[in-house]
Parts: sequence; C-alpha cells; structure tokens
Amino acid sequence: MRALSRSTLGGAALAAILLGAAGAGAAPDGVIRVGSKSFTESYILAEVAAQIIEQVGEARVERRVGLGGTGLTYRALESGAIDLYPEYTGTLALVLLKDASLATPEAIRERLRPGGLTVSASLGFVNTYALAVRADAAERLGLRTIGDLARHPELRAAFSSGFLEREDGWPGLRARYGLTLARVEVMEHALTYRAIASGQVDVMDVFSTDGQLERLKLLLLDDDRHFFPDYSAVLLARREMTERYPRTWARLREVLEGRLDAARMARLNAMADLDGRRVSEVAAVFLGRAVPAGTGRGREILAELGSLTMDHLVLVLVAVGVAIVLGIPMGIVAARHRRTGQLELSVIAMLQTVPALALLMFMIPLFGIGKGPALVALSLYALLPIARNTYAGLIAIDRTLLEIAGVLRLAPLRRLLRIELPLAAISIMAGIKTAAVTTVGTATLAAFIGGGGYGALIVRGLALDDTATILAGAAPAAAMALAFHALFELADRVLVPRGLR
Amino acid sequence: MIAVQEVTKRFGATPALDAVSLTVRSGTTHVLLGSSGSGKSTLLRLILGLIWPDAGSVRVDGTPVEPATRDGLLARMGYVVQDGGLYPHLTAFANVALAAEAQRWAPARIAARVGELADLAGLDGAMLRRYPRELSGGQRQRVGLMRALVLDPPILLLDEPLGALDPIVRAELQEQLAALFARLAKTVVLVTHDIREAARLGQAITLLTGGRVVQHGTFRDLAERPASPFVTQFLTAQTVEMLGSLPGSPPGARTGG
Repeated sequence: MRALSRSTLGGAALAAILLGAAGAGAAPDGVIRVGSKSFTESYILAEVAAQIIEQVGEARVERRVGLGGTGLTYRALESGAIDLYPEYTGTLALVLLKDASLATPEAIRERLRPGGLTVSASLGFVNTYALAVRADAAERLGLRTIGDLARHPELRAAFSSGFLEREDGWPGLRARYGLTLARVEVMEHALTYRAIASGQVDVMDVFSTDGQLERLKLLLLDDDRHFFPDYSAVLLARREMTERYPRTWARLREVLEGRLDAARMARLNAMADLDGRRVSEVAAVFLGRAVPAGTGRGREILAELGSLTMDHLVLVLVAVGVAIVLGIPMGIVAARHRRTGQLELSVIAMLQTVPALALLMFMIPLFGIGKGPALVALSLYALLPIARNTYAGLIAIDRTLLEIAGVLRLAPLRRLLRIELPLAAISIMAGIKTAAVTTVGTATLAAFIGGGGYGALIVRGLALDDTATILAGAAPAAAMALAFHALFELADRVLVPRGLR
Repeated sequence: MIAVQEVTKRFGATPALDAVSLTVRSGTTHVLLGSSGSGKSTLLRLILGLIWPDAGSVRVDGTPVEPATRDGLLARMGYVVQDGGLYPHLTAFANVALAAEAQRWAPARIAARVGELADLAGLDGAMLRRYPRELSGGQRQRVGLMRALVLDPPILLLDEPLGALDPIVRAELQEQLAALFARLAKTVVLVTHDIREAARLGQAITLLTGGRVVQHGTFRDLAERPASPFVTQFLTAQTVEMLGSLPGSPPGARTGG
C-alpha cells in the first residue's frame, strides 16, 4: 500500500499546486468577467456587454469567451469563474433548472435568487431551435412543416450533440411528431452547414436568428405543433456582481433589454458569419460607436498569434513539466512495487481513456475555468506516457547490473540516479517526447474552458464557420508539434548517455 | 576463511544445492567446478548474500552471512561476472570508480587508485576513457576485475570471469590471473566449467553436479584419485571436446595418447 499512498499524495500535491494557479472563486475587485458559449450570437452579445461595461467604467472587463456548451458555461458562472454571460430562457427553464413551468424571465429570476444568480429581462428577440432543410429540397419533397418529415424517413439528419440529447431537442421533438428518420448523426454545428450545403445532410438543427440561413438558402420548417419553447435571450449574471456594480448592471439592462429584435440579431450574426467582420466591430456597430477602419479578421489574428503562441507554449511546457515531476517518481514507485504499480498505472491509463474534452469539463467545478484547470487536465493527460515509460525502462534493466550495484554498496539514491535512471533514459525520453507532442495537440482543447492558446482560434473559427481562422489555429499547433519533436531529437543527444546510443 | 555448512537452496521444487559443505582457506584460490545447472553460481551468490539458503549456513571469517551482516561483509568482497558486467552508460574509469565514490573518496585518491589498478590489470590507461562497448572482451574483463579490486577487499568472487572470451585471450588472461592472485594473496572463489582453468588457477577444487558435491581436492587428486566414475567422465569429456575441436583431428583420434 505504500506505493498507493505515495501516488495519492502525488495527486493531492498536483491538485494543491494547480488550485493556486486556477484562481477559482470570486472575481478580484474592479474586474467583471464576461463569458460566452462558443457560437457567434453568444460571442456578439458577450462583446456588446463587455463594451457597455467598459463605457460605464465602474469596473474593468476580462473576456472569457467561447467556453463551449451550456453546461460548461453555466458551471463557470456558478463557480464564480465568470460573472455574466448571455443565455436563453428556454435553456434556463428546461436544461438548467429543469422546470418547464418557468416561462418568463421574472419566474426564472425568482428561482435563481437562492443560488446567487439573476437574469435581465428579455433582450427582445427569440432565438428558438428550429429544423432547417435546403430550400430546393423542400420544394422537391413538399416539406413545409416538421410534421412533413414523417413522410420522408429516408432523409439524413445531422444534429449538434446538445440538440440530440436534450429533452427539449430531438428526443422530445421526435416523440411529439412521431418522426422516424433513419439516419441521425451527431456533428459539430459549424461543420453541418457545410454538409447540408453540399448535400451530404438533408436536415439540421439551427437557431432561428442564424446569420447563415439566408446565404445557404435554408428553409425553416414550421413548428406547427408548438414543440419548441420560447428561447428569449437574456443576460445571466451573478447577483454579487450586480450588487457591487449597480450602475453597470442598470446600464446593461437599459441598453440591451427589449432593444434587439430577431431581424437585427440575424443581421449582426450575418455581419460576423458572412462578412467576416470582427466580433468587437459588430458589437461597436450595434452600440453606434465608431469602428476603427482597415482592420479585418486576418490582421486581428496575426496580431494575436504572438500571444497565443506564448499561451500555448506555457500550457505545453508547464503541463509536461508537471507530468515529468510527477510521472517519473510514479514510474519509479511502480517499478519498485510491481503489484501496486500495476494498479497505479491502470488508474493513470483510465484517466487517459476519459475524452480530453470531458476531462477539461470535470475541472470546472473543481478549479473554475482558465489556464489553471486546463493545466491540471493536460498534466493528467501527459502523465501516462511518462510514468509508463519510466516503469518500462526500469524493469527492463539487466538484473545482474542491479545486483552489482548492491555488491558495490551504492546507497539507494545513488543507485537510482547514477545507475537506474541513466540506464532507463532512452525509454523515459521517449515517454516525455510522446507526452510533449501529444500535449501540443490536446492543448488546443484548453480554449474550450478559457485556457487560451491556439485552440482559441479553432473554437472561434468553428463558431464563425471560418476555415481560415480554424487553420490559423491548427497550422501553428502542427508546426509546434514538429518543432517539439525536432527539439527532443536534439535533447536525446544530450540526455541519453553516450555509451547507450 | 569461508565456511559453507550443509547448505540447501531450492528454486521452486528443484533443489539447486543439496546439503553442500565446503571450506575456502584464507589466501588461497578455490575453484567451484561443474557444468551448467550444477549449482556452482548459486553457491557464489549465497556467499555474496544475493540470495539466502533454505537450510544450512554460510560464514565468512566467522561472521554468518545474514541480512543484518550483509553490508559489512560486502565491504570485504569484490565480485566479477562474465563479460565484466559493466554499466554501458559509464566509461571504464567511472565503472571502476563507483564503489570508491560511494565511500566518498576524494577524486584525486580515486584517480590514483584507478591508475594503480590499470597497471596491475595490464590495461592501457587510454582505455579508461572509453565506454564498455568501445572495448574488447578482454579489456572489459580487466575493467570488471579492476572494479572489484578498487577498495582492495580481502575476498574476491569470480563467476565465469573468462567465459565470454575467445580461447587465446582466455589462456593469456588465465596466466595473468594466476600471477595476480598469487601476488595479492586474496581469498579467491572462482566459478568455472573449464577444467583447464580449474587446473591452472585452483589450489583447491570442488566439483559439483546436480547441486551436490562430488569431490573436494587438488586437480591432481581429481585426476589420480577420482571419488567416483563421474569425476573421470567430467575430466575426460572436456579433454575429448577440446581435442575434437582442433582442426584436422577427427573426434576421439588422440584420446589414447
């Protein structure tokens, strides 16, 4: 059991180190943290709110946008990692509070009060779920309402994972209309637009204010049985923030409540999605502010790339560094105590089977959002190759060589540092190399919980359906992975003893 | 003096040693002779305290070999294995220096001692900077011997030290070892399957088979007064083998001479 308790200690130490870095809990004085989910409308509303807060000047703004799905963003708000984000009444009632009777912002506000949260009134538009088909296909097949789909079970549907699983999404819809579509796939929303445009998919879930609908000539099917609830846009906030900065909260409500109708929101979405304008520009246009000229999205990305590269490097280096510091001792413990070692390695291997995105999500209730929790998750991910290869390298050492170390009366520490670790160096280095190169890739997911790095561009590109932005994040990440690989080939020459090469 | 009394050691059900007793007198070279599986290496590992007997006892200069006494006894023993058992990631010098470093000798003292041992073992000083794989088999064996001698222990235990060498180098090293043992006056236990090596180096020989002692004595005792037909068989088998491997001689052609 000694090995076990040692690894438990290691885990606790990891948590403690990174908890400090995570900075969960209430916002520091003078800062309001604005969050958003990762789709265009949410980005725009968050940016509008951020600019209003800046205008009021009561507090500084920290943007933690593009956090991912509903659950993730809501938990970030609950944990105090963000103070404010745009949400929809239908989602609040059905998904988060799980009470369909909560129809109005007022009712929701009452319900949220004990939890320390509050909502604004409706911003003026309803962005409801809807099903869309290509206009030409609708004409050909005579599709007008959702009910018409029942006559065409051969149609191929692709839904976002949220829609596919939520009670107020596909499961409920299918029951209400008695639909029997043969092929229903789960797909990232931004990608589905391409699939439907190229005819690989026939039906998809959309939001009614979507800026893409017009360009792609998509038709919304009528919800004639009124299945989809009312999704009024609201601002969801921590009451702590609204009380500390009353002027700011009042101004946000004054400027936004009832001021955005569906057509206007769709135009703003289209400006970002179709015209390729920056979210900050779109927000400024809405607020009637001067837009700095001559700055397109491309230039914005270039300006950002430097700091994103630093972000990404820090994520990879710190995560792999922590994994080395913990993984090598764990490998040593595993090699010393074979049976508990197997258990220890199995536990780490199990961690590895948790999808990276899910692991990142688990971090939010524990550590909030941002770099800290991303680092915890990435470190855990990098642990397995390092611990495993340390273990494999150590147990492969010739037994005679170990016996001789005993006969020469080398003390345990000297034996480890002078004999065992150098003899296992090739295997350990291979583990570190694997960890570093894969962490460069996995770190792109950190952006989903506000960890920054190249993933920020990928998340944004997906939301804006902009291949160039996605590539602007993906290509440097690939280049960094190659650079790390080359770097470690060099490091091998220094760190692997000459006699072993 | 090393005294082995009624030692039995089993690996699983099969006994590797069965009630073996023998005495190694101080300052002499004692050869443990036998084919593979005879238990000779097991005996050496028991003396080193690398494994523990199931029954019986091993005493070194009166001290029983036990977990509590092992470290103190190891301070008085040097150990050499086949092909040197060198650490591939350390230079020859670093390999030899290990035990002295562990005793926190000053670098200058270590360097002086390693130089002295290189002279003694007949190793060119330039070889000390090389890694084991850059050395010949004979050189590696010399380095292994130097490493065992660095703290000048009174007892030297060698397990098939020349087993991996070609016959010419082997014969040369046998001569040098014989001279060295005589000069250093160490208590030496040497494990081999080679009767020529036993004859050349052993002042006393213990012939083992199947974990039992067949005969103690000098080479002459074994040759002239064999305790059982097995002794003669063992001795002649290797002679025949040796002659048979000579080019141009049909097997058994010269056994009559």
